[in-house]
Formats: sequence, C-alpha cells, structure tokens
Amino acid sequence: MDISVILVTVFSTTLIYSAPLILTALGGTFSERGGIINVGLEGIMIVGAFSSVVFTLKCSSIFGSITPWIALLIGGIIGAIFSLIHGVATVSLRANHIISGTVINLLAPALCVFLTRIIFSGKGQTPVINQSIGSYTFPVLADIPIIGKMFFTKTSLVAYLAIVIGIICWYVLYKTKFGLRLRSVGENPHAAETLGISVQGYRYSGVVISGLLGGIGGAIMAQSITLNFSATTIAGQGFMALAAMIFGKWNPIGATLAAIFFGLAQSLPIISGYLPLFANVDTIWFQIAPYVITIVVLTLFFGKAVAPAADGETYIPAK
Amino acid sequence: MNNILTKLRINRIVVLSFLAVIAGFIVGGIIMLIFGYSPTENYLNLFRGSFGDIYSFGETLRNATPLILTALGFSVASKAGMFNVGGSGQLLLGWMGAITFALKFSFLPGPVLIIGSILTGAIFGAVYSGIAGLLKAYFGTSEVITTIMMNYVAFYFVNFAVKKYLAEHNSDASPNILPKASLRSPMLEGLTNNSTFHWGFVIALVMAFLMYLYLNKMKQGFEIKSVGINEEAARYSGISTKKVIIISMLLSGLLAGIGGAVDGLGNYQNISVSTVLPDIGFNGMAVSLLANQNPIGIIFASILFSSLQVGGLSISVYSDTPPEIVNIVISSIIFFVGVKYLFEFILKRKETN
Amino acid sequence: MLHPFLSVEMSMEEKVIEIKNITKKFGDFVANDKITLDLYRGEILALLGENGAGKSTLMGMLSGINRPTSGIIKVHGQKVQIQNPRVSNDLGIGMVYQHFMQVPVFTVLENIILGSEPIVRGRIDYKKATKEVEEIIEKYNLNISLKEKVENISVGMQQRVEIIKALYRKANVIIFDEPTAALTPQEIDELLVIFKKLCDEGKSIIFITHKLKEIKQTADRCAVIRAGKIIDIVDVQNTSEEQLAEAMIGHKIMEETKKVDHDYGNNVLNIKELALRKHQDLVSLQVAAGEIVGIAGVDGNGQNELVEFISGLKKFNKGDIEIVGSKVKSKSIREINELGFGFIPEDRQKTGLVLPFTVANNLALKTFYQPQFSSFGWLNNNAINSYAKKLISQFDIRTRSEKTLVEDLSGGNQQKVVVAREVANHPKLLVAVNPTRGVDIGASEYIHEQIIEQRNSGCGVLLISFELDEILKLSDRILVMSDGKIVGEVNPTETTSEELGLLMAGENNE
Repeated sequence: MDISVILVTVFSTTLIYSAPLILTALGGTFSERGGIINVGLEGIMIVGAFSSVVFTLKCSSIFGSITPWIALLIGGIIGAIFSLIHGVATVSLRANHIISGTVINLLAPALCVFLTRIIFSGKGQTPVINQSIGSYTFPVLADIPIIGKMFFTKTSLVAYLAIVIGIICWYVLYKTKFGLRLRSVGENPHAAETLGISVQGYRYSGVVISGLLGGIGGAIMAQSITLNFSATTIAGQGFMALAAMIFGKWNPIGATLAAIFFGLAQSLPIISGYLPLFANVDTIWFQIAPYVITIVVLTLFFGKAVAPAADGETYIPAK
Repeated sequence: MNNILTKLRINRIVVLSFLAVIAGFIVGGIIMLIFGYSPTENYLNLFRGSFGDIYSFGETLRNATPLILTALGFSVASKAGMFNVGGSGQLLLGWMGAITFALKFSFLPGPVLIIGSILTGAIFGAVYSGIAGLLKAYFGTSEVITTIMMNYVAFYFVNFAVKKYLAEHNSDASPNILPKASLRSPMLEGLTNNSTFHWGFVIALVMAFLMYLYLNKMKQGFEIKSVGINEEAARYSGISTKKVIIISMLLSGLLAGIGGAVDGLGNYQNISVSTVLPDIGFNGMAVSLLANQNPIGIIFASILFSSLQVGGLSISVYSDTPPEIVNIVISSIIFFVGVKYLFEFILKRKETN
Repeated sequence: MLHPFLSVEMSMEEKVIEIKNITKKFGDFVANDKITLDLYRGEILALLGENGAGKSTLMGMLSGINRPTSGIIKVHGQKVQIQNPRVSNDLGIGMVYQHFMQVPVFTVLENIILGSEPIVRGRIDYKKATKEVEEIIEKYNLNISLKEKVENISVGMQQRVEIIKALYRKANVIIFDEPTAALTPQEIDELLVIFKKLCDEGKSIIFITHKLKEIKQTADRCAVIRAGKIIDIVDVQNTSEEQLAEAMIGHKIMEETKKVDHDYGNNVLNIKELALRKHQDLVSLQVAAGEIVGIAGVDGNGQNELVEFISGLKKFNKGDIEIVGSKVKSKSIREINELGFGFIPEDRQKTGLVLPFTVANNLALKTFYQPQFSSFGWLNNNAINSYAKKLISQFDIRTRSEKTLVEDLSGGNQQKVVVAREVANHPKLLVAVNPTRGVDIGASEYIHEQIIEQRNSGCGVLLISFELDEILKLSDRILVMSDGKIVGEVNPTETTSEELGLLMAGENNE
C-alpha cells in the first residue's frame, strides 16, 4: 500500500479514537486540579454515551442531521448532572474519592442498562443510531497539497474541536481568575479559604466540568464509533483518559497530547490489518500496548510528585 | 469501662454498615416505584431466590465463595494503605492458572491435582499484583493506576491465551477439567439439592479465619496495619514499608488468585473467553468496604452481596423488572458506606440530644 | 467640625476593633469564655497565652474562620457579623498565620493577588497587579521578587508575602500568629522594624506569641489569655517578664532538673565528612556519651537531611556515620535502632505515633518483633500490655489504661508516650528534633527534664531546635548550621542569641 495512504489512515483513525479521550481527560484535569480525584470518568462516559444515543434515536426526526451534535451536548449535560453524585459524596459528605468514583463506575452501567431495558422493551442494548458524526472535509484547507489530504480531508471534525477545547481549557486554567482559584483549591484549600475563596464551590465546579466534558467524551464515543449503546460501549476509555490526564501532568495541553497518543495506541489493533509491517503480529499486543505503555511511562518518568498537592484530600471547613 | 468503649466502636461500624444496606435497599425501592415496579414483590422474589430453599442457599454460598476471597484480598492491601483495584485481573489470572494446571497435569492423583491447581492460581494472582506492589515500593507508581491498567492487560491476555493455547478447534472455551480435579462433590451437591455448592466455600472460610489471625495476632499483621494507618510513623519506628507494601500486595493477589482458582475448579470447571472484565474484583472491593475490611465481617457481607446477585436472577424470572436493579442497589450500598460521615453525623446528633 | 489632621493626632484613642463578651464553644468545650478586648488605631497589642489557651480561636473569629457562639464584635464602631474570610477582608482585617497560607507552586505575585485578582477582558491583569503590588513594596520597603515560586524562597520572605497580601487587601488591622517562631534573630529584628513602620502608617497590629522578650521589645499593651479567659490586660512598659509569665501559666515556673557535672565518655555519634546535599561542603561532628550537643539554625538548612541520614530514613553516598562505633551506612532503620538509638521527632502525631493504635501498641512500636514480645511470628499481647503498664506508671502517662487509643489522649500525654518509648530502653544516642514545639509549658518542662536526665545517666544527645532559648538552656555545646554545613561552634555559657543569630544568618546574607 502507498505510504501516504497508510499515513492518512493512521492519522484519521487516531483522531477518531482520540476525541473521546481528549475531552474526558480534560474533564479529569479540572476535577483533580480542584483536588477531587475522579476515577469515575468511565462511569460518566457511560452516562454520556447512553443519554446521547437515546436522544439521537428519539429526536433525530425533529433535528435531522444536526441531531448528533445536539446529542453531544445532551451527553455533557447529563454527565454533569450525574457527576454531582461524586461531588456531593466527596465535597459535602467527605467520602473517600476513590470509593465514590468506584460507585460511579458501578452505578452508571447498571442504571443505563436498566433504563435501556425500560425504554427499548427489555433489550440490553439500543438500536443503531440513524444519524451519526461522520467524516468531515475542511473547505479550502483540504486543497492544500499533501497536507490538505492528510489532515483536512475526510477527517474527524470533533477531534479538531477537542484539540481546540484543550487549548481553551489551558487558557481557562492558567490565565483566568477561575483557573487560578480552582488550582489554589487543589493545592492548598486552607489558604484558599482564608482568602475568601469558596473551597466547596470551586471543588463542585471542578467535578461538574469533569462531568460535562466526560459526558461529551462518552457521547462522542457513541456517536462516532460504536453507534449504539450497550454495556460494552465504553470499555476502559474512561480509565485510559484518567491515565492520559496523569501522563499529561494534570495540564490540559499535556492531557490532550497524551490522549492523542492513546488514540494512536487504541487505533493500532484496527489499522494493523492494513499495515504490512504488522500483518503477522497478534492483535493482543496492540490491545495491551496502551496499558503497558502507561505503566512503563508512569514508572520511569514520574512517580507521584506532580499531582496537585491536595488532590484526594477531604477538606473540612471550620465552624 | 475501656472494654465497653472499644466494643461501642466496633458496634458503631456494624450499625453504620447496616444503615448503609438499608439505605441502599430504599434507593432501589424508590427507583422501582418510579418506573412502576413493585419493590415488595421484587425484594420478596430476591429473598426467595437466594434463601428461599436449600438449593438457592447453596447457589448463594457458591457465588459468595470468590467474593469472600477477592474481598479478603482487597482488605489485606487496604490495611497496608494500598488500594488494589486489580482484583478482577488477578482473579482472571488465578482462574487461568488453575485450569491450565488441572488440564496439563491431569495424570496426577486428585488431591495433588487440586492442591497444585489452587497453588498455581494463587501464585499467578500473587505475582501479578506483586508487580504493582514492586512498582509502588520502588518507584512510587500509584497502585490505583497500575492495577486498573493491569486489569485490562489481564483481560486481553487471558482471552488470547485461552483461545490460543487452551481452547479446542476454534472454540472460545477450554475443555472441562477431570472430575477428580473438581471441587464439587456429590455429598455437597446432595446436601443442597443439586446446587453447584462446592468445597471452595470451605476454603474461603478457612482463608478468612487465617486472615483474621494474621492481621490481629501476628507480627506481620501488626506491621501491615502500622504502615496502613501511618506510613511515616511505621517507617520511623523501623518497619520496612517497602517490604510491607510488597507483602501485602502479594497476599492480596494471592487471595484473589485463589478466588479465581476455586471458582474455576468448583463452579465453571473450565475457562472461556470473556466479553467484559469480570466485575467480581470490584464487587470484592465493595464487600470489603461494607465489612470495614474485617475478615469475619467479609463472610457475612459476601453472603449478602451474593444473595443480591443470585436472588436478582429471579427478579427477572418472575417479573419484567430489569435485573440491573440489583447492581443499582449494590452501588447505592457502597455509596452509603462511602459517605458514612453522613450517618456518623446523624448518630452523633442522636447521642447528644 | 473636626479638622482632618486632628483625627490623626487623636488616633491612639480611636477604637478600631471592639470585642465584647465573645464566647466560642466547640461542642461542650468552651474555647473562649466571655472575652472583651479593644484594639486602638496605631497600636501593637500582644496576645499572650499557652498553646490551647484560646488565642487562635479568638483571632479566627476576627478573620472569619470561626463564628462566635455569642457576643458582639464591632469594627470602627459598627456592629459586624464576620461570616467568612471575605467579610473580614472587606472590613480591613488581615491575618498572617503561623503556618503560612500559601500555595507553594504559585509565584509570589499569584499568592498575593489570589482571591482579589484584577481582571481585564476575562483574564487576570498581571500588569496591573504587578504595579499595585510594587507600590506597596516600595512604600513599606518590603523588597521581594514577585516572579519567584513561593516554594523556593526563605521563610522570612514567605512571611513578607503574607504581609504584602494583607496590605494588598487594604488591611488596616493585621493579626500575626506566632510570627517569629521560625525566624532568625536578625529576621525577627527586621520584622519588628516592619511592625513599627506599619503602625506609623496608622495600621494596628495584634501579635500572638508566647515569647515574653518580644512583647517587651515591641508591644504597647499585652492581653494575657488562660484557659479561654482574659486574665489581664497590662501596659507592657510597667510589667516585668516574670509577671507576664506567671499570669500566662497561672503558677510560678518550677525548679528545673540540674545538669550534673561529669566527664564525657566515648563518642556515641561520629559523623565524618558527610555531604548533606549534592555539591556541598562536608559535615563532621561528634557527640560524646553524657553530652548534649545543640544544633542551632533556621529551618531548611540541612537539619532534615542530617536527621534522615543518622536515623537511616535516607541513604547517603558521601561520608560516614558511626553510632556507638558501628557504621550505619548499609544498615536498615531497625538495625540502627538496635544500636541504641532513640529519636524524638518534631511532629509526634505524624511521625511518632499510630493514633488509632492503643497506648500499649504505640509503646511497643519499635520493639514488638523482639523475642520478649513475639515468637514464631505471633505477637505476645500479654507481654506487650504488661510492659506498657510499667512504662505508664514510670513516665506518668495519664491514660485510663494501656488499651486506650492514643488518639484519645491529650497532646502532652501523646508526647509522653513517644518520649517513654524512645528513652525506656536507655538509648546510647538520643536525637530530639524541636521536641517541645506545640506543647504547653508544663509538658515542655517535662520533656526538658527527660532529656537532661538521659544526659546525666550517660546518654549522648543531639538536640536540633529552631528555638534558640531551648538550645541555650539545654546544650553543653552548640553547633550552628547554615546552608547545609556547620558554620560555627560556641559555648552556651559564653554566647548570646544575637551572636548565634549572626552565625545562623552569616552564610545567607552573602
């Protein structure tokens, strides 16, 4: 196969698989920058995926081809509402963050499949959606020689949007009042409180933003990759996003890049079929590669030092 | 006076767990009401399906067996301050190890074969979680992340290995082990009206008792608890925290591995390709949290969880309520265990008033 | 009509804050009991009291961290409800906490503006912020680099950040909680100069402390708090240090255990050419049996590394450490303990005790594995408990029984548990790090007695403390540490805290 065709394939598949990871990892970044560990990203993605699929199936006749985009928003909103469970547990009720996150991960699939059975007459999975997010060719940019074909033709628009959102998130965290205060709450909540910053308020916003972005991430997964909802729609992407966030050192740009890297790793088993080099390699190695790489990189390059100082700490306000 | 105080402390934990269970059932009930199902009918069916007759009870105990072991595994790591989320992966490896041994060494006499198989499973599980322990001890890599990642590695790897090395002609499952390698026995089956109850449950009970002794009466248990509560103080006093971290993770995986082994040898009799990561690791975690990591408490908490799962099956048999309601109840229970501060707050209010 | 300048001259009569009959309860515990106190414009008011007397609680109600149970607070004559720190801020009250309220990874500027950031088009206006902060720096002569991260600057500088923070928020009352605890004598002098400057500008200062000398040096008035009540409000000029001390603790200070004169024995600690940090000068020092060697120095000058290397918490590359003649380089912490090493850490709750364990288990924390307490891997709980009973009576630990959890003991008794465990086995070398930090006067006397007793019975003691008075009182010999090395040795009977301070700061000022 022509090398440029291979590159285009690798690139577009990577982008498609990156988009959900980028958004979810960004979500995790906000939560943990505010000091709330969020291992419940997986559950949040599940809820986002479920609600977006239901919306698309029920409303595509009303909104037509724009439905999937609205569905992403719906996924985000429902994700944000769902994440409030984690917020209430960790911020107000002082639960251990990991226990609460685990609850999110246990509850989400149970609740969503439960509702799926109720809505779709007992079936454990939804029908396939009739409107989905397909590929997109950028006008004008696509005409640029070589680059245009590689980056801007029949590619994933959401992935580009996700990258833009990553940059916006960086701006918000590092250039605005909200970002400075959110980070202060994750580093030293006692100091923040003495300066009149509402620790609980900012921690709630961090969690809710993670629910919003994670929910959109899950929705993208459903709207552009699996195209329906079942118990296996989200299979570890939330945990991978968590790893991307750590990989990216809790920085939105870092998380975005790490998520793209994981997107590449995730797309490997799919594109390995097209690549002559990998034709004889068992797919198992591609399947486990992202997880093994995460462990190796975490071990070799950083232990635990770079996390926000008060990440995972319960904050008990004075009386 | 002092004895009363310590007793009160323990009782408070029991009371809190009990309240969490009640609250979880209430949440489940409310959800059923919202969607027009009858909570009383479903809970009654659930009870019938898990404790209603000797057969159901046998099934409940059988299902509780691996739960007890993974919960014990989670507990021992958690006592040392480690959060081993990798129970599922360790259990899968233990299962695969035991079945592989049972199949490849089928010429051995029965008792040797069974002991060898369980040991193989135990070692597989221990080595696997030991990796996470080593990384934590020597590099400070978060065990939460490594064990989560290793769950997926185990999932893909076991599926691959089953299909490639254990399964016969393109099937998705290994052949069954010989009856002499099985933990089932006609006596136990007879006792429970032909349920799948097997010797694994006894093994789990013995392990729970051993863990109780280990954690409360032995030197190493003392070290594990010291490190878990205050790593710095333990280190200052001369306890090797690295050693404790590695030992506790090894034990943790060992127990989960035994869980996989006895479930494979007693329940499944083979190993097949799975479509999703078994949730038993997470459920073991939940059981352990509910029992506040107490090995004896774990036995009861496991039976409770198991009864929910086994009884949950009959919910969908006798009504059209989706069976997932059981998992909603389970996760609600853990939620309430997690936010025990809420109950502590309420209890305190009551006491001061 | 009042002439505007007249009000300035009248300033000493102007009440900035009036606290009337304030009571604060935490559950059944009364932290503040009907406290009444006024603060005048331009004055320095000292708040003197032991740990736990209720000083911080009282100030917490001014800074909006605590809410009073009953009573009235007036600011500039207006009755106020200080619901949260923001309200306190808006009323012009600034607080400099003992443990600085800073975000270590943020820059100095970010720490100053946090919570009151100027905004331009949705983002933080760092230009405007820099300009405003620099004006304050100039006015009060508080030189500091705004771009540095707070984690990289000295304690004295971090305190400046706190002061600028308060001024940036236009505070005209600044409360300082134990501001001199971690400073060198020279830094303290500089701080006191800043105090005067602030008062000249019409600001008022409340200054929480337990150091009598500083009160005499700076304060106009002093309020003494004991057990949640105001015992006395005195004019500092007309009151002696002894009178203040007695008012604070409620009885005369007890007679102390005397050091006996004796010849020192062999070296129990011998440090040879040890590199505390990379690329730094080597440290050598000896402690003989029966001798207390004090290490004076400002926090963060290599003391932590020294302790960690001696106790085996960290491994070192260059140099050698011998305890009672044995090299510790390749030994584990437990093996070092077995050489006869006792250790009283600074933070007993964090590093000394396992709080949810029983008193007995904490007393056996270092020895539980030994044959008298365990065999074949099993613990002998009877032996552990009876050993604990013995120590409880020997060291006068106030506890219901040996099975009581340590977290249920008072702070002083918790410290006694640590001391008992560390000295019960007659260590040959005892290392104590800020052993009296955060304990009240009674407990700190007790600990000093124990240290001197150990010395008298032939134990070598290495005492590391940021409190110069403690070093001067206990040591037979004082080494001064600065920037990771020993910069001087002095005889405690021939030196002053000023001389020590100069030595401590000597390297830093270059």
